Amino acid sequence: MSKPILEVKDLHAGIENNEILKGINLTIKPGEVHAIMGPNGSGKSTLSSVIAGNETYDVIKGDILFEGESILDLSPEERAHKGIFMSFQYPVEIPGVTTTNFIKAAINAKRKSQGLEDLPAKDMLKMIKEKSELLEMDRKFLSRSLNQGFSGGEKKRNEIFQMAMLEPKLAILDETDSGLDIDALKIVANGVNKLKNKDNAVLVITHYQRLLDYIVPDFVHVLHNGKIIKSGGKELAHELEEKGYDWLK
Amino acid sequence: MNLKDKLTTGFFELENKGELHIDDSIHPIRTKAFEAFENKGFPTKKEEEWKYTPLKAIINKDYEITNSYEAAVELNDVKKYFIQDVDTYKIVFINGVYSSFLSETTHSGIDVCLLSSAIKKPKYKLILDHYFNKIAKNNESLTHLNTAFTQQGAFIHIPKNTVVSKPIQIIYFSLNGNQFLQPRNLVVVDENSHVQILERHQTIDDSSNFTNSVTEIFAAKRAIVDYNKIQNDTEKASLIDQTFVQQKDNSIVSVNTFSFGGKFTRNNLEFYQEGERLESNLNGFSLLGNKQYVDNHTVVYHNQPNCESHELYKGIYADKATGVFNGKVIVHQKAQLTNAFQQNNSILIGDKSTIYAKPQLEIFADDVKCSHGCTIGQLDETALFYMQQRGIPKKEAHALLLYAFGNDVIEKIKFPKLKERITKLMAKKLGVELGF
Ligand SMILES: Nc1ncnc2c1ncn2[C@@H]1O[C@H](COP(=O)(O)OP(=O)(O)O)[C@@H](O)[C@H]1O
Ligand SMILES: [Mg+2]
Repeated sequence: MSKPILEVKDLHAGIENNEILKGINLTIKPGEVHAIMGPNGSGKSTLSSVIAGNETYDVIKGDILFEGESILDLSPEERAHKGIFMSFQYPVEIPGVTTTNFIKAAINAKRKSQGLEDLPAKDMLKMIKEKSELLEMDRKFLSRSLNQGFSGGEKKRNEIFQMAMLEPKLAILDETDSGLDIDALKIVANGVNKLKNKDNAVLVITHYQRLLDYIVPDFVHVLHNGKIIKSGGKELAHELEEKGYDWLK
Repeated sequence: MNLKDKLTTGFFELENKGELHIDDSIHPIRTKAFEAFENKGFPTKKEEEWKYTPLKAIINKDYEITNSYEAAVELNDVKKYFIQDVDTYKIVFINGVYSSFLSETTHSGIDVCLLSSAIKKPKYKLILDHYFNKIAKNNESLTHLNTAFTQQGAFIHIPKNTVVSKPIQIIYFSLNGNQFLQPRNLVVVDENSHVQILERHQTIDDSSNFTNSVTEIFAAKRAIVDYNKIQNDTEKASLIDQTFVQQKDNSIVSVNTFSFGGKFTRNNLEFYQEGERLESNLNGFSLLGNKQYVDNHTVVYHNQPNCESHELYKGIYADKATGVFNGKVIVHQKAQLTNAFQQNNSILIGDKSTIYAKPQLEIFADDVKCSHGCTIGQLDETALFYMQQRGIPKKEAHALLLYAFGNDVIEKIKFPKLKERITKLMAKKLGVELGF
């Protein structure tokens, strides 16, 4: 059996005196797709952020292992360099920095951490072309300020474009489906599926079953009030779609 | 002896030696200006416009006021202060004395030379009589003081229908002891002409200088003037920069001020719109740390109808740095159809830096469009986390965000080599390499 990419062990985290995550356990192995579903405010984004290293939240108890090693002491950028990617529920607008320049900076920062030279401009452009085509992105977005004035859907597509460029080992997609119409949803899902292989893993966070028709999960977990209250196969997502969350509480 | 007394003694000494009597028409202006200074004295915090300005600490120092002398400067030591790799005219002063060695002036087609030599030559008399000290009359005692002592500075005259192919660099170097310097520039751009100018005051050792500079810029019909100021002096240098601009019909004048360093910098920038359909642009960007101070006081007098003014000032203040922004727009009752925009955004880093921001609109016409926006914020933590999540180290993410914040001001620079220079300076100040 291959060793897990991610192990979340009895994770308690929160802000100041407010405990938001109350003992999460989750193990993700290479090649797997996991989905976390749960009502608003249950702690889904908090869990993503804590895995990605957001210092706004304090880890009170428990541990997070990435490829067998604790990452709690690592900065967000160090976690990113190890191969953790998080698609933001609300991607940030950065005026004055174009999408192209931003992704170049991100890729070269990762290479630097690995002791590599900057990626030659030619290769960078080729890769940008390839990945933006995969996501059927309008090229004009690449030369515009990052996410500035982008619609919700364009922002999400840009997130997955960046994911495609960075080729993470673990991709956490926080409500990537919200803001996407059905065509865009298919394109984004297709992009994610193309990047998926036996060595990486995806954690899909969503409210709705819809996205899971396209990115089919191996495991579905229900998060409620900071705890995983139920786990199952993909059929659990359908059940939730029909019955809502109330029957689980 | 305090500075005022010292200046008084100095003034009469220079008078007796005849050094201030270089021209009959200017001499009376000088004497009158000195009287005005003598009566008013240096501004104090009691005056509204000087409320936040710690001028006292600066004027209480001991300065050399009359014995300006040329000091030996090697080109290699000062090369870095010039914009290089591009052909430019240069007017360079060392301790207030013209350096022919470092300069590259001209009289062919245009005049790029010394104010003192222009004052002495009969062929410039008309221009001087017509323009000298005609708009530098805000009744500030510091302006009077400069007028009283006017000896040296840049004289630029662009006759009509001329596009000056090379930018002009005006640079004032100082070294060897604490000096009180009072440069004076006169820029006259005739109809339909275009010029790009860069001005800089630079201390090249650890002296504590005090510069009180006055610049008058006249833009005739359809003239285009881009005037850039790089303020990146040492943390011992103090500068009071007073710039006055007068514009005629359809002219476009932009003054871009970049404040990256200096112990104390006060910029008074005044635009007088004396024509129609003209455009005034005032852009500023400050990036300061330690205990540095920058104070931007701007005034736009909309005196005629159908004109525009666009003002964008941004600042980043870290450590114990202090910024002041005071932007006045005065729309005269006959200035109908005025478009006046003003924006001032500041970022404070840490909890010891300060910004005082005060937009002031005084509108006496009824059919006008005026807007102003003023924000003071901190660095966006979510944006920082976002960038770090993508692998960009915190320090670079920080710098990139600050760079992005200032970017729209940098974009206003129309002189590519200068833009490149400013970008590099910013990166250096932020302690990172910006790859673009
Ligand atoms: N930065 C924060 N500051 C204060 N409270 C927060 C913060 N982030 C999350 N919370 C609180 O934690 C709970 C879970 O939020 P979140 O993780 O965003 O849930 P979800 O993504 O499942 O909708 C909510 O009650 C929310 O108000
Ligand atoms: Mg959420």
